[in-house]
Amino acid sequence: MILLKLTWQSLWNRRTTLLLTILSIAISVSLVLGVEYIRKEARQSFMNTISDTDLVVGARSGPVQLLLYSVFRIGNATNNISWDSYQEIAQHKWVKWTVPLSLGDSHKGYRVLGTNTDYFTYYRYADKRELAFLEGKPFAGVYGAVLGAEVARKLGYQLGDKIVIAHGAGSTSFSEHKNKPFTVSGILKPTGTAVDRTVHVTLEGIEAIHIDWRAGTPIPGLEVSAEKAASMNLQPKVITAFLVGLKTRTAAFRLQREINEYKPEALLATIPGIALSELWRAIGQFEVVLRIITFFVLIAGLLGMLTTLLTTLNERRREMAILRAVGVPPSQVFFLFVLEAVIIAVLGGILGMLLLGVGILLSQPWIAETYGFYLRTWLPQTNDWLLLSVVVGLAALFSTLPAWIAYRRSLQDGLTVKI
Amino acid sequence: MNVIEFANLRYRWKGQQQDILNIAELQIRKGEHAFLRGESGSGKTTLLNLLAGILTPTSGHIRMLDNDFHAMKSSQRDRFRADHMGVIFQQFNLLPYLSIIDNVSLPCHFSKMRKERAGDIKATASRLLEHLKLDNEFQQRPVTELSVGQQQRVAVARALIGKPEIIIADEPTSALDTNTRNDFLSLLFDEAESQGSTILFVSHDPYIAERFPRVIELEEVNQR
Repeated sequence: MILLKLTWQSLWNRRTTLLLTILSIAISVSLVLGVEYIRKEARQSFMNTISDTDLVVGARSGPVQLLLYSVFRIGNATNNISWDSYQEIAQHKWVKWTVPLSLGDSHKGYRVLGTNTDYFTYYRYADKRELAFLEGKPFAGVYGAVLGAEVARKLGYQLGDKIVIAHGAGSTSFSEHKNKPFTVSGILKPTGTAVDRTVHVTLEGIEAIHIDWRAGTPIPGLEVSAEKAASMNLQPKVITAFLVGLKTRTAAFRLQREINEYKPEALLATIPGIALSELWRAIGQFEVVLRIITFFVLIAGLLGMLTTLLTTLNERRREMAILRAVGVPPSQVFFLFVLEAVIIAVLGGILGMLLLGVGILLSQPWIAETYGFYLRTWLPQTNDWLLLSVVVGLAALFSTLPAWIAYRRSLQDGLTVKI
Repeated sequence: MNVIEFANLRYRWKGQQQDILNIAELQIRKGEHAFLRGESGSGKTTLLNLLAGILTPTSGHIRMLDNDFHAMKSSQRDRFRADHMGVIFQQFNLLPYLSIIDNVSLPCHFSKMRKERAGDIKATASRLLEHLKLDNEFQQRPVTELSVGQQQRVAVARALIGKPEIIIADEPTSALDTNTRNDFLSLLFDEAESQGSTILFVSHDPYIAERFPRVIELEEVNQR
């Protein structure tokens, strides 16, 4: 107890250096914990993108590519699939529901997804959460549009606004389907997934705006008005992909095999969970790199502490001699240094946690605003406490060097240090 | 009773050809304040560390208060030092981060025996300081604001608290001017006498020697 008091008072006496040392440890600790947190959040957000869908079906390519364009709205499909194939699989006895997806157009950089109202009924994200409307309702009629939360917020759209869809996926496409604007019928609540960045329209609408187009350009001299197009047969001939929900989950593998062996057309069915894991593994390599970097930052922080402890050794030589004189054994001199390091590490660790918690709390609104990514409030988990104890353990380990030097000296110096 | 007893004591530093200390016999009785005079390099420092139990003799025996140091482990000697010895250094005796009272009470935290003898530690520390002419007003000051003479008196209070049997003073007056030195010695003697501690005063300064009932010339007892 007296040793703790002495260590504390001695530390307090050197508080400027101490504060800087604690701060350097705090920063490395908050960095290590922060990276770990962001990693988990990113993974969570990634895995949250789609839920409760048993199969994603598209033209034959790779499962990761299929998932990227159909769910993450990244990249383009190599091929479409025919409406007939879609219908045939949708009628399969194991299938409970399907949602068709038709991609290829955009609006001011945001992808336009042609689908039907089943999308709002069956699509699930995160932990089987349904899509919810902030305002309005699903589209009715050919030219209805439902905006993702980010699209509406960033572009400032409200219900009833008319939007024009551009051909192709680029943000600077000059070929717009100007003559057939869509009316915003609903705006979705934020989901933290690609849904927020999507403009949802009807499959029929997609068909209608392309009715007077061929090979990516309007057919000269043939312009069909919006009203006339709406009255024509808008049954799509092709779609890009579709989501499948099954009556029994166990049928997923069997149906997947059936679809992959489907004779009339080269199709690919993938189980989202498996493809997501595969995708995360592919892009998750950065995790390892980040971890290594933060580990070295931590070591740098601890080395800073070690340096401070070593530089104080000389000025504390007299202190040790006085303690020896009043009967402190060399082992306790050793312990004094370890105790000091432990106190510094514990304070640094706790300050680091505070820095991280407050930092995330303060940056939450900004991150949500800028990236549409809602960071949950950070609270230390078991793992974080574990890491903190590793930091304290390492600090204690590092401190054995100055402690050992002080121990040796206190044996040699005895009561007679001349300064 | 002998407070300190040396018998055929020899000490030789590792790697040296010659003993630095070779004392056939030396005894200091209780209350017999002794002045140990020796030039630098005469083995004073080594002798002090042997007395404090930090070094152990190469051969021979040291008995302190009828305890054979030879039979004790180093941790037991540390304990013995905490219980029975007060040490005053040449200078820089105090921990700058502790208050004056805490500096004085320090030995009581490492020795139950001295704690019990001191009773109310703070009151005892304060009373000792007052006897040493450091009144209440002084006691509130930070250690760093004290003059060298005042610091040395605080060191005396620390050495004396809990009535240890032996006070080892290693040139405590060398940084003091003549007047301060005389005052310091008087206060040290008075307090040590009143609580029955025996002083072993080490110095090279022959002018102080006359105040001691016993003077030991290290050159004479040391037969190296």
